[in-house]
Amino acid sequence: MNSKNLFEKVWDDHTVGELANGQTQLFIGRHLIHEVTSPQAFGMLREKGLPIRYPERTFATVDHIVPTDEVSEPYSDILADAMIKELRKNCTESGITFFDIDSGKQGIVHVVGPEQGLTQPGMTIACGDSHTSTHGAFGAVAFGVGTSQVRDLLATQTMAMNTLKVRRINVNGDLGTGIYAKDVILHIIRLLGVNGGTGFAYEYGGSVFNEFSIEERMTACNMSIEGGARVGYVNPDLKTFAYLKGRPYSPSDDKWDEQVSVWSSYSSDEGCSYDDVVTIEGSEIAPTVTWGINPGQAVSIGENIPHPDQVAKHEKAGVIEALEHMKLTAGAPIQGTKVDVAFIGSCTNGRLSDLEEVASRLPGHKVKEGLKAIVVPGSQLVSKLAMEKGLDKVFIDAGFEWRAAGCSMCLAMNPDKLVGDQLCASSSNRNFKGRQGSPTGRTMLMSPVMVAAAAITGEVCDARTVFG
Amino acid sequence: MSLPKIAQVVGRAIPVLGDDIDTDRIIPARFMKCLTFDGLGEYLFYDTRFDEDGSEKSHNLNLPCFRDASIMVSGANFGCGSSREHAPQSLYRAGFRAIVAGNFADIFFGNATSLGMPCASTSRENLEKLSSALETDPNLEVVVDVENLQVRYGSELMPCEITPGARDSLLNGSWGPLEELLTATNGIEKTASSLPYA
Repeated sequence: MNSKNLFEKVWDDHTVGELANGQTQLFIGRHLIHEVTSPQAFGMLREKGLPIRYPERTFATVDHIVPTDEVSEPYSDILADAMIKELRKNCTESGITFFDIDSGKQGIVHVVGPEQGLTQPGMTIACGDSHTSTHGAFGAVAFGVGTSQVRDLLATQTMAMNTLKVRRINVNGDLGTGIYAKDVILHIIRLLGVNGGTGFAYEYGGSVFNEFSIEERMTACNMSIEGGARVGYVNPDLKTFAYLKGRPYSPSDDKWDEQVSVWSSYSSDEGCSYDDVVTIEGSEIAPTVTWGINPGQAVSIGENIPHPDQVAKHEKAGVIEALEHMKLTAGAPIQGTKVDVAFIGSCTNGRLSDLEEVASRLPGHKVKEGLKAIVVPGSQLVSKLAMEKGLDKVFIDAGFEWRAAGCSMCLAMNPDKLVGDQLCASSSNRNFKGRQGSPTGRTMLMSPVMVAAAAITGEVCDARTVFG
Repeated sequence: MSLPKIAQVVGRAIPVLGDDIDTDRIIPARFMKCLTFDGLGEYLFYDTRFDEDGSEKSHNLNLPCFRDASIMVSGANFGCGSSREHAPQSLYRAGFRAIVAGNFADIFFGNATSLGMPCASTSRENLEKLSSALETDPNLEVVVDVENLQVRYGSELMPCEITPGARDSLLNGSWGPLEELLTATNGIEKTASSLPYA
């Protein structure tokens, strides 16, 4: 009866001890930092005269503020320029590896970690960024943290944490044609709610997750936090190991077999217990798009926008507020909603397989006149590999702008922003009011292929119809 | 431990109602282009409070009667979304010392606690009752009692919850855990060397 789930195994192996308040002092094996949430932490340590405890366990990249069109420095935005310089200085002074702009490895932290082989099964990972849950796709336990915790991690490589409950989410059966990991996770969040995962880690499994590629698993784990779950993960398997083989920070060949057996040992044991189990039928998942101002406010493409009178009493005010912001009509079909901007990128859907999938559909199609469509690869490596395959040309021929790597219009801390109340079909992860840089801007989340279909037709539509 | 013990927060309160108030709402991303948290208080709920031309919108935070509030009252899932500590920092720097809401997103809860700003959860009915009392009398003195897990005002007393670890650390002045984490030098070394990766 000593069976454990992956979360419990990783937690136990990384527990340093119990703190006076009953919280756990948890060791974090890999710490990832970026320019937005780390400078204050370095400042606090300088104030206290504390050194960086394990600089070799922290890796840095710059992603949120980098421009994706005019990439040379100094940046025209002096605040952004100060931020990249500060990160560079902090890393140099502390001996932290920095995947800088000239490294060929820069990109969104949650794209860079996995592709460099830094993210491995059985690890604890933390980053001052809520989408750190992405790394759970490898069977790591990965936490988004605040800046005070970044400080604690730099100083001690540990942080104070309460343990989490674990909810197993099985997605069984098969997905229909043209249904992607993005649809699956939007469906899960719609079902369980944006608050449903609070206090939980989500363990995803079932035949749909078994069939998923590692990049698809990353898309799903990435948005765990949008369902309130700080951690999301998938048990490691042969696909995980195959993905990691030969990456810069992966174990060397002579240690490979030993490491794979250690990694395998972290998988949830047969018959282990969970605090909750949810089962979803994969065949019931349709292309899903958001209509509101949080990621749980979503419908499948064939459905109508909800009416405030049809929802639970306590949800009514939220629906009214969302419809007002989105300028959508209650009860109207979601299909046919006019789109001004299309954004393909982000730590959710800015990986090579996302770009390949869209590019394979594009030949013979053009972005609708007057619509702005941009593609922002998740990292310089994604960009390079995509260009080697000629994907940039496919996108450009279809009328997309091909940009440099970064977070870009997911949160618009760089010059890529919506203007006024533009409506953006977006492959990113958040549709909060003002998220894409304009307080009145509107975001509809969907899979990259659905974004491309919207870019071509100028309206929210079923990509399966557009691309056949 | 050199941090103050926080057994209760007493002050005026402001209702900012609605569920799922996200951290982008609390502090829009464009104000995160900074190297310190100084000055963030000014931008609290900026796009909810101001039009794009800078003119004030109708919002409780703009009302003089709520200007001295140090306790914010909101709905379920407060602080969802981004892990940005800029959100609780902007609340703290705008003078807030406690938040009472339906419940809190995990990362926000931890961030706020590490600033010594208690986050107390209570039922929807209680929140509605408290909010309407505040709309009637913005000068009400509200007590967020961390020790006894109560929110009190006038003759009302409502139970609230604060996660045990967080409550303990507020009560014993260890809500900024760094000092305690630093003392475990040997334990940290031992755990690090026991792991199957470097």
